[in-house]
Amino acid sequence: MSYRVVADLGLCQGHQMCQGEAPGVFGFDADTDQVTVLEEHPDESRRPDVLSAVTYCPAMALAIEEE
Amino acid sequence: MIREVSFAVPDDGHGHLAEMRVDPIGLFQRVYDECGDIGRFRLADKDVVLVSGAEANEQFFRAPDSTLDQAAAYPFMTPIFGKGVVFDASPEERQQMLKNQALRGDMMRGHASTIEAEIRRMVADWGDEGEIDLLDFFAELTIYTTSACLIGRPFREELDASFAQHYHELERGTDALAYVDPYLDIESFRRRDAARERLVELVQGIIDRRKARGAIAREERDLLDVLISIDMSADYITGIFISMMFAGHHTSSGTASWALIELMRHPETMAAVVQELDALYADPDGTGRGEVSFQALRSIPQLEAALKETLRLHPPLVILMRVVAEEIELAGHTIPVGTVVAASPRVSNRIGSDFPRPDAFDPGRYLDPRQEDLQNRWTWIPFGAGKHRCVGNAFAMMQMKAIFSVILRDYEFEMAQPPEEYRDDVSKMVIQLQQPCRVRYRRRTGSSASRAPLAGREADDPS
Repeated sequence: MSYRVVADLGLCQGHQMCQGEAPGVFGFDADTDQVTVLEEHPDESRRPDVLSAVTYCPAMALAIEEE
Repeated sequence: MIREVSFAVPDDGHGHLAEMRVDPIGLFQRVYDECGDIGRFRLADKDVVLVSGAEANEQFFRAPDSTLDQAAAYPFMTPIFGKGVVFDASPEERQQMLKNQALRGDMMRGHASTIEAEIRRMVADWGDEGEIDLLDFFAELTIYTTSACLIGRPFREELDASFAQHYHELERGTDALAYVDPYLDIESFRRRDAARERLVELVQGIIDRRKARGAIAREERDLLDVLISIDMSADYITGIFISMMFAGHHTSSGTASWALIELMRHPETMAAVVQELDALYADPDGTGRGEVSFQALRSIPQLEAALKETLRLHPPLVILMRVVAEEIELAGHTIPVGTVVAASPRVSNRIGSDFPRPDAFDPGRYLDPRQEDLQNRWTWIPFGAGKHRCVGNAFAMMQMKAIFSVILRDYEFEMAQPPEEYRDDVSKMVIQLQQPCRVRYRRRTGSSASRAPLAGREADDPS
């Protein structure tokens, strides 16, 4: 089962925690001070990292959508 | 027409204000029970529209500041902060502050060690057993942690318990009568204003000593030095500090208290958390993995779940308010400019369809696969939601993890009064634990390897 990483830019506050939890999946746009999703469909092996980023996002701006 | 809630306390001319001063939670819950996702009550000369449930909450929390204005909604804060000191920064300013200031992710490790050191100072004279008052203890501790982390350690070193006592008077000065007039001649407002004057005097004293001392190296400066250098008055600086600490003080203090109470009320959860912490801090190979400042920033699932469940049941803020600045649609109703609109964490956090057995303390809600916080982003709202979601929530969770890492490793706790007699004093807008709220502690006498001393403990140990 594949999954998709979703970031809600209406909620992101620019804490940048996700880059630490799942480097390579999340990046940061310094102009808008908001998250960028670098990899929308990461490998299954990255799921724990992405889940961690979703769980610890201080703005609750991230989600995993199963596909 | 939005339905108005019934009266449980007779209208004394200010609508539901009288009930808000004795049982605000009962009032907000009844709005939901009688009116559903959108209902109305009267607060002095204002109509307050209270929304609940995921859909209406999302509309409320997603609205931009230009539509729903936060600053105008809390008149009781103006005399506390002082004129000209803003209640909360705009989302853009908050984002800028995050990037540059104390709440930045990479500052957290330093904060974690600062907090660990502050807790150790607080328990240094505890001895092997004794009794504490939860409100006094955690209110003082969180004055030190918030001032040290948000303003600077040199400033914190100037503070003692008297600062915490004056600060407490400010928090007590939040009677809902402020919606009639925040400067009414009542006891709690007089004490509020006197306490603020004492705080300004304390800060003035610190400023005078800094000025007498002369300039110091840039890297040793804290925020106070910066504000002095741009010639701000003691009154204004005090207002800024009060406002910086406000969001992090009574909220953290109350959450730490309630978390300990819930853990004592639920021995099986307490046991699971203590076991988890013992394993985490065992550090058999001496790699430093067992340091609080390291672990508090990482996953501690059982403790986190207990903290989240504490926050769900006892959100420090029971109502979040905005003033309508541009007409907005909420739950199918058009709300005119000037109306006060609100969402209640206390009500939404206990909606039964989102949180089965809503009044039960069940940390299992947050473990896979239930994850009731992530599943209910618009109703699990102890930190609010949307752009104004508490910017300090990661700091707050880290602080809670550091506090419980230290105190549960070294001490056991038991209730010094019947479990149901721990309750909140809800007579003010800032809710605090009702005193007495006493707890007994005893130093643990565990013999396992997990009881190896923590780094830095020897220096603080009175023995």
